[in-house]
Amino acid sequence: MSHDVDIDHVSMRYPGSQRFAVTDVHVRIKPGEFFSFLGPSGCGKTTLLRLVAGFIEPTQGEIRIDGKDMRGIGPNKRPTAMIFQNLALFPLMTVAENIAFGLEVRGVSAAKRRKRAEALLELVDLPGMAAKKVSDLSGGQRQRVAIARALAVEPAVLLLDEPLSALDLKLRQHMRSELRKIQRRTGVTFIYITHDQGEALNMSDRVGVMSEKGQLEQVAAPDVLYNEPATIFVADFVGENNAFRVSVREQVGDWAVLETPFGMLKGRNPQGLTSGRRATAFVRPEAISVVENSAAADNFVPCTVENLSFEGAFITVVLKAAGDQSFVMRQNNDGSAPRLKAGAKVQIGFRADNTLLLTNGEQSGA
Amino acid sequence: MRSFWQNAVRIFGPIGLTYISITVGAWLLFMILIPQLIMIDFSMRPLLPLRKIGGPEDIWTLRNYMVLFTNELHRAIFLKTIWSSIIVTSVALAICYPISFYLAKVTRGARLGWLMIGLIIPYWINELLRLFAWQLILADAGILNKLLMLLGFIAEPLNFRAGNSAVIVGMAYAYILFMVFPLYNAMESLDRNQLDAARDLGSSWLRIHWRIVVPHAKPGIAVGCIMTFMLAAGSIAAPQLLGSPSSFWFTEVIYTNFETANWNQGAAYATVLALLCLVFIFVMLRVFRVSLKELAQ
Ligand SMILES: Nc1ncnc2c1ncn2[C@@H]1O[C@H](COP(=O)(O)OP(=O)(O)O)[C@@H](O)[C@H]1O
Ligand SMILES: [Mg+2]
Repeated sequence: MSHDVDIDHVSMRYPGSQRFAVTDVHVRIKPGEFFSFLGPSGCGKTTLLRLVAGFIEPTQGEIRIDGKDMRGIGPNKRPTAMIFQNLALFPLMTVAENIAFGLEVRGVSAAKRRKRAEALLELVDLPGMAAKKVSDLSGGQRQRVAIARALAVEPAVLLLDEPLSALDLKLRQHMRSELRKIQRRTGVTFIYITHDQGEALNMSDRVGVMSEKGQLEQVAAPDVLYNEPATIFVADFVGENNAFRVSVREQVGDWAVLETPFGMLKGRNPQGLTSGRRATAFVRPEAISVVENSAAADNFVPCTVENLSFEGAFITVVLKAAGDQSFVMRQNNDGSAPRLKAGAKVQIGFRADNTLLLTNGEQSGA
Repeated sequence: MRSFWQNAVRIFGPIGLTYISITVGAWLLFMILIPQLIMIDFSMRPLLPLRKIGGPEDIWTLRNYMVLFTNELHRAIFLKTIWSSIIVTSVALAICYPISFYLAKVTRGARLGWLMIGLIIPYWINELLRLFAWQLILADAGILNKLLMLLGFIAEPLNFRAGNSAVIVGMAYAYILFMVFPLYNAMESLDRNQLDAARDLGSSWLRIHWRIVVPHAKPGIAVGCIMTFMLAAGSIAAPQLLGSPSSFWFTEVIYTNFETANWNQGAAYATVLALLCLVFIFVMLRVFRVSLKELAQ
């Protein structure tokens, strides 16, 4: 069972607070989708999730689950279950009692509860743990118990508030694929919030990126988000990007010729910026390489190598161009790229379709 | 044990530790142990004329204790004191549980501060004055009767001071803080997310309290009940000021014994009262399945 969640122009301001924690968020999450909200700390992710769960009501807008308006329906009556940032397991209950709590509430008999708890422990890969105390479990095991407890009430929508943030790196990566697996097996709609873009890009069908202002900047599949960021915030926040100020010399269809302190460049112009506009151009570190001459790339910038840092599979090179503009370049450590030294003068090049022109505000097209 | 003394030496130094040991030891010995032993000694001896003290009749006996079983009036007062103290404790718990929960988990910030101050301010006034205030409130021509008559609930003033109701109300009020603070402390440490999680899983508020809040606050509830019960059972001012003249509290019986120079009987009853409180502590620990260690935390 899974439902769609329609977040319809929802804004939320806490009583007594001056600013909106969530501002006009509008997105429809499809049934059975793994949807992530990604944004920096304090951008209103938890607030949004608690709005869907029903702990708080929107100041403006409407939340519909399976087409039904949720206003006035408490968290105990919504078809959602939440996994809390700190898990919020009940420490005085056993693992089985924790998992079966939602069933106990619904008046399910003790024998049935026990069976269901065991089946769920099987699902989350913790067989035989039913009688354990919560305090005897490791971080990863607690994680799984929290998931089982939420799934026990057979929610149509599972809400996850940064559930992996307390785990160490290795366990986190393992739990990512576990979560994805559980989501596929159960078919429940997952709404996952995180400030960790790796997590969001890795697990989700679609990601909604939120800015500090509590606004939804872009909703897209992970690869689209990375390759086609719609706003400066998304281009900055998702993945690494080189950003530089430019002014548009000439608009040529979906493209633009750009004026920069280090020469004329060509880039994509999805917002249709006209000549004379100031804007920011973005190019990813992995899209840059060292070139011999200007014919080898669409865009071509003379630089000085500032420093190199060796990271095993790749080498990160920081370069300086005219106008004190820094560039970060990523070279694969496969012997194909020339070996550089700090202080060397080189030419870097990148393709026009890897150069993205964006500006904030009045322009549409996003 | 060895590491205890080693730690103590490290913290206080040898001279400091000697000083502390001697003062604490002397305090324990002269202020607690010896007076208690003297009391128990008194309680085990018969009441004798002065010239017979030290004589052949001055032997240890449990006769003073047996009086509690033979004197029907005293026994009735003793049982009533237990029963009424249990009622006081229950009333205080019933009043303080929601207050404590509200303070600990519902309000925050400035309002919490104001409510706390509001709770504490009445306790800056002497206990006797507070009891006199209750006397005025509950008197036949008191505020409460006037209010009830004004609102038309009653035609004749009620005699609140007949029986024990005034004593119970007065004590429940007098000991609210002793119940609120242990409860508040225990509930304070409960993670709000646990309440949200239970709610999210479909639980009613009643069940959240029964399954989450009460089990978490158990040690605090036990401490609050123990303190309130002991204060109620050992109280003398409240029953004297608020009780009806014909109804006595066990402490008043003890007091009368000392007043009439039957110290032996008084000491025996005082010991019984102390034992009663001890029994109550252990009953509470059993009921709440709390260990002494948890209480100390
Ligand atoms: N209960 C609350 N009362 C008032 N303001 C709050 C409350 N909870 C969160 N906020 C504010 O709302 C904003 C968003 O918080 P939150 O949703 O927790 O962000 P995130 O989960 O993305 O870190 C923050 O500025 C925070 O200070
Ligand atoms: Mg958060």
